[in-house]
Amino acid sequence: MANYYQPEIETMPYDQLRQLQNERLVKQVRHVWDNVPYYRKKMEEKGLTPEDIQSVDDLHKLPFLTKADLRDAYPYGLMGKPKSECVRIHSTSGTTGKRVMAFYTQHDIDLWEDCCARAIVAAGGTKEDVLHVSYGYGLFTGGMGLHGGGHKVGCLTLPMSSGNTDRQLQFMEDLGSTILCCTPSYAAYLAESIHERGLQDKIHLKAGIFGAEAWSEDMRRDIENKLGIKAYDIFGLTELSGPGVSFECEEQTGMHINEDHFIAEIIDPDTGEVLPEGTKGELVFTSLTKEAFPLLRYRTRDICVLSRKKCSCGRTFVKMAKPMGRSDDMLIIRGVNVFPSQIETVLMQQGYAANYQIIVDRVNNSDTFEVMVEMTPDMFSDSLAKVARAEKELVGALKSMLGIAAKVKLVAPKSITRSEGKAVRVIDKRKI
Amino acid sequence: MNIYQISVFLENKAGKLAEVTKLLADSNVDIRAISIAETAEYGLARLIVDDAPKASSILLQHGDMISMTPVWAVEVPDRPGGLYELLTALAEAHVNVEYMYSLFTHREGCAYMVMRIADEPKFLSTLGDRGIKLMTMEELGLK
Repeated sequence: MANYYQPEIETMPYDQLRQLQNERLVKQVRHVWDNVPYYRKKMEEKGLTPEDIQSVDDLHKLPFLTKADLRDAYPYGLMGKPKSECVRIHSTSGTTGKRVMAFYTQHDIDLWEDCCARAIVAAGGTKEDVLHVSYGYGLFTGGMGLHGGGHKVGCLTLPMSSGNTDRQLQFMEDLGSTILCCTPSYAAYLAESIHERGLQDKIHLKAGIFGAEAWSEDMRRDIENKLGIKAYDIFGLTELSGPGVSFECEEQTGMHINEDHFIAEIIDPDTGEVLPEGTKGELVFTSLTKEAFPLLRYRTRDICVLSRKKCSCGRTFVKMAKPMGRSDDMLIIRGVNVFPSQIETVLMQQGYAANYQIIVDRVNNSDTFEVMVEMTPDMFSDSLAKVARAEKELVGALKSMLGIAAKVKLVAPKSITRSEGKAVRVIDKRKI
Repeated sequence: MNIYQISVFLENKAGKLAEVTKLLADSNVDIRAISIAETAEYGLARLIVDDAPKASSILLQHGDMISMTPVWAVEVPDRPGGLYELLTALAEAHVNVEYMYSLFTHREGCAYMVMRIADEPKFLSTLGDRGIKLMTMEELGLK
């Protein structure tokens, strides 16, 4: 049984979908050429005009946009509409450098909210649901995106925003929230708090829509078990609109990309060459319908795989695997690529809390790599030898997952700050 | 005939042990024995207190990581050679001591050692053979 918000689009036969993409791409390239001098210049440098792009098959000819371009063009340089026609700005947290500013016309917001509505309906949401939105509201896209989606579906939408856990739980209990939207780390934190307070029987959640952070399959199972829900992944980028670029269906085997609005490509991050379906590489998006911030071939830095295998939910949209991690999140430690999500996977498998902090520093020109892990009752004992053995096992498991040795620092339970928004997992003190 | 020991995980930071002792002091829990084991990164304090259930619930509430372990309190003559006799008896019986430390309590020429032993049946039969006394919680005034 499948739940669709816009069935005619979500299950559109592939040929038809491709035709729609072709038409929209041609129109979008023309829009960008006419309105975004920054990108027009890039096209001209490659000797391209809009006539060179007749269909999706020509997409590979277009130049890429990167985060560096967004920085260069900051703040208004990539805008596709005059300010007078734009109605909203959202922005990234800026944790990995300069903030990214994204602009929206009313039409852009409308389509974005449709995308979020599809995700909510795919997670089983209907107008009977109480949608508890604990993503941050404000510049961050999470809160207002799911909020708008909730309105479209007709859910009773609770604009909780993040933080104030006591109030979150009180509302959940009193109002009978049925669908929770927040970051996975905050979901885990809320689940923990519910158990601590013995509120399991008073909370009636059935589903969760969690995104904006990398999270592992083990963490998903843990949250599902603790909250008694089905947890759906959602993906998005502020640059492209926000959450809802892709979303999971009940099969939970990847996120369907809203292909009527976005074309996804996988490229070799080193050569820029487009890779065939099923190959791992960097995810690149072209926005087909955005007016105010129309990015073409935007390199996400996310490492990912696409699959067009038929999905049991009936959607024809291509599915993207959970990104391995954003290459922005990726750390290069002693020359080895390390994703925080890999560390999380090891911790969950070894029975630790998924709350951890990675501290990287450089001492005498050599990287130091420390993982702070909270002690759990299972591994604590009156015997230091036993504790040391458990610690050694963890060090071994990390080493076999990552390929380099990490120093594990066991700390008291609950001593690593619980996140109410996006978790701070990495502290990189290296000054390079 | 066991007594109960509370082990507390200590991060290697100044003031951590003071924090634990303050919690117990504020709740009027008396520490009867304490021993610290440490690595370079963290340590653990092993405690014998007069009210273990109360102490453990206070520490848990405070968010400390603790573990309760049954250990033995052995009576030792409070004179030169007293401990030597006990350890010799255990050594001759090939009983391995994992760790031990002393209780603050002294009484009528007697001192008391807290011991953690791997092979408990052999330990108990050795004490029995040598007429060495094990102390009960009641005798030591422990809850």
